[in-house]
Order: sequence, then structure tokens, then C-alpha cells
Amino acid sequence: MKKIIIYLYPLFSFNYIAISAETGGMPQLNPEFWFSQIFWLTITFGILFIILSKFILPKIRNNLESRKSQIMENIEIADNQKTKSEKNLKEYDKIILDAKDNAKKTFNLAKGKVQLDLGKEREKIESELNSEIEDAENEIKDLKKSSPEKISLIAVDTAAEIIQKLIGVEVNKSNVSAIVSEQVKLMKGK
Amino acid sequence: MAANPMYQFNVYRIGPEIKIGEVDISFTNASLFMVISALAILIVFNLGAKKKSLIPDKIQLLSELSYSFVSKMISDTAGAKAKPYFAFIFSLFMFVLFCNMFGMIPYSFTVTSHIIVTFVLAAFIFIGVTIIGFLKHGLGYLKLFVPSGVPIILLPLIVVIEIISYLSRPISLSVRLFANMMAGHTMMKVFGGFVVSLGLVGGWLPLGFSVALTGLEILVAFLQAYVFAILTCIYLNDALNLHH
Repeated sequence: MKKIIIYLYPLFSFNYIAISAETGGMPQLNPEFWFSQIFWLTITFGILFIILSKFILPKIRNNLESRKSQIMENIEIADNQKTKSEKNLKEYDKIILDAKDNAKKTFNLAKGKVQLDLGKEREKIESELNSEIEDAENEIKDLKKSSPEKISLIAVDTAAEIIQKLIGVEVNKSNVSAIVSEQVKLMKGK
Repeated sequence: MAANPMYQFNVYRIGPEIKIGEVDISFTNASLFMVISALAILIVFNLGAKKKSLIPDKIQLLSELSYSFVSKMISDTAGAKAKPYFAFIFSLFMFVLFCNMFGMIPYSFTVTSHIIVTFVLAAFIFIGVTIIGFLKHGLGYLKLFVPSGVPIILLPLIVVIEIISYLSRPISLSVRLFANMMAGHTMMKVFGGFVVSLGLVGGWLPLGFSVALTGLEILVAFLQAYVFAILTCIYLNDALNLHH
């Protein structure tokens, strides 16, 4: 409590001194320095206004405008480049399409040529093969013609040998051949 | 420093007494803070206007944002015709704003807390706007006092009310700013006094109030400068585009 009083005391005493020094509440209503304030307000505000309006604000406006125009310019350039690149893209697409067409044509041409060549080659090979087959067939025919005689010869030989081995008697080959030819005839007849 | 909350508004002489005839125009603490505010504005905006980079740095951005802020405020309220008055309204807004803000520094002086300062500004605006109105519209400017779409029987009453409201513009404009600044600063001083007188035990509550009031006063400092400027724009709008 004592502390508060000690703190409060100077508050009130200062109040008393200040109020008594000013002779009345608001210093704002004391006209002593009114003209001084008007004078200095006019001077400072006047100088401020003149310098701001003549030197500083035009600079700021220029800055803002130049930035705006530069941005617009950049946008224009970007637009131009965009249309240009779109055009380029179209050209590129066209080139690719043309190239594809060309490739297709070349491919078809080559394909046709190859097929033609292939056909010729095949015909050639086929004719060769045919002639070879004919040759082979002729040979087979010849062989077929000559084979029964050979077979009967072999059969006579082997039969004679088998008989000799089986009964140990030498057989007359002409007899054997007669039997074989008989058998062959029989088989043929069958 | 006295604890009287009104002591902060005292004007005292700095340096010698200067007199022109009978009129005392000595340099006072009020003059000092006017000079400081004007110089601060010039320094800040000169720095902001000097560089010309496409991507602005902080101070350039500050000045350019202020420029577009005031420019937008004028074009929104007074239209394109008010463009020639841009520099004046910009200076006015910045001067009031900086004076208010410098007043927020402890032990400083608030220029705008003096009725004479705000009244001179308001009276200048009032006279200027009236002259512009009469120059633009001649005697047709008097139509401002006759709102359209009012019954003829009510007209005499309305015209009288309109004239009174028009003539009270400088008073309302100046008192609004002055009273706001004075009341806020007095309140802060009172709560500051409570902090000292209640000491370590009870001083914390008023200290909290003081902190909150400081924030509020900074808001008020900006808001009152804005209101002062925008009302000027509205008055200018009446003078330039006469349609009530």
C-alpha cells in the first residue's frame, strides 16, 4: 500500500504542476503557436507537394508504365513466337506425313519388284526341279525295268548258297533259276 | 516527462524566437515533426523512384504499391477526371499517414493531434474543392444543394440541410482526424500512467492494455489518414462530376 502511494504521489504532483503551468486543459486550444504551426505546415507540405509532384511521382509513374509496356511487349513477342512455332509444327507434321507417304510408296514399289523377281526365280527353279524330277523318274523307270532280272539273279545266287549251306549239296544254277523265274511269274501273276 | 496525459500535446519553441511583425513563427517541436515527416516521405519515395528495375526491390515495391493504392482510391471514388489532383491527394495521404505514424514513437510529437493543423488542411481542401466546383460548373455547382427526386414541399428543408452539411465539411474532416489522434494518444498515456502508479503488483493489466492500444492506434493512424484522403476524393468527386 505504501508503495502505491509513493508511486501515485508524483503522478498527482506532476499533474498539478502541468495543469497550473498551462492554464487550462488542452494545449491544442492555446493559440500561442497557431501561426507558427500554420506557417510550418504550409512550408513543409508545400515543399513536399512540389517535390513529389515534380520529381518523384513522375518517375514512379514512368517506372510503372515502362514495366507495363515491357510486359505487353514481351507478351506480344511470346504470342508471335507461339504462332510461329505452331506454323513450324504444322510444317513439320506435313513433312512427316509426306515422308510416310513416300516410304509407303517406296515400300510398295520394292515389294512389287521383289514379288516379280521372286516369281521369276520360282518359275526358273520350278522348271529346273521339274526337269530333275523327270530325270529321276526316268532313272527310276529304267531301274524298275532292270530290277526284276537282277532280283532273280540275286535270288538264284542266294537260293543256291542257302541250299548248299542247308544240305551241303551243290545245286545246278539253271535249275534254281528256273524255279525262281517260276516263282516270279507266280508272284507277278498274283 | 510529466504524467499529465495532455502534456504530450504541448508545443514549445526549439531554438530562437522568430517573429514576422507581431506574428510568432518560431520553430517548434510541431514544426520539427512536420519536417521529419516530409523528409521521411521524400527519402523513402526518392529511393523507391530512383531504381528502374523490371523486378522491383522492397523499397521500390513499397513506393509503387503506394502509388497504385492512391491511384486506385482516386479513380474508384472520383473517376478519371480527378487525375490532375493525384499528386495533391498522394502528398496529403502520405503527409497525414507519416505524421500519424511518427506520433506513435514514444516521446515524439503528433502533428495531426492539433486542431489547427488538421483544420488548415481541411479548410484548404474545402476552399479548393469549392473553387474547382464553381470553375467547372459555374453557378450550376449550386445544384449540389438540390438533390434530384425530392418532393417540392420538402425542398426548402433539404436545401438548408445540404448547405449546412456542405459548410460543416471542413469542421467534420478536421475534427475527425484531430479527435481520433488526441483521444488515442491520451488514452495510451493514461494507461501508461497506470502502469507506473500500480507498479510491479498491479501494473501488468494496464501494460497489456497499453500494448493492445498501441496496435489499435497504429491501425487508427493508417485508417484516419485513409479516411482523410478518401473524403477529400469524395468532395472532389462532388465538384468534378456533379450528380448528387
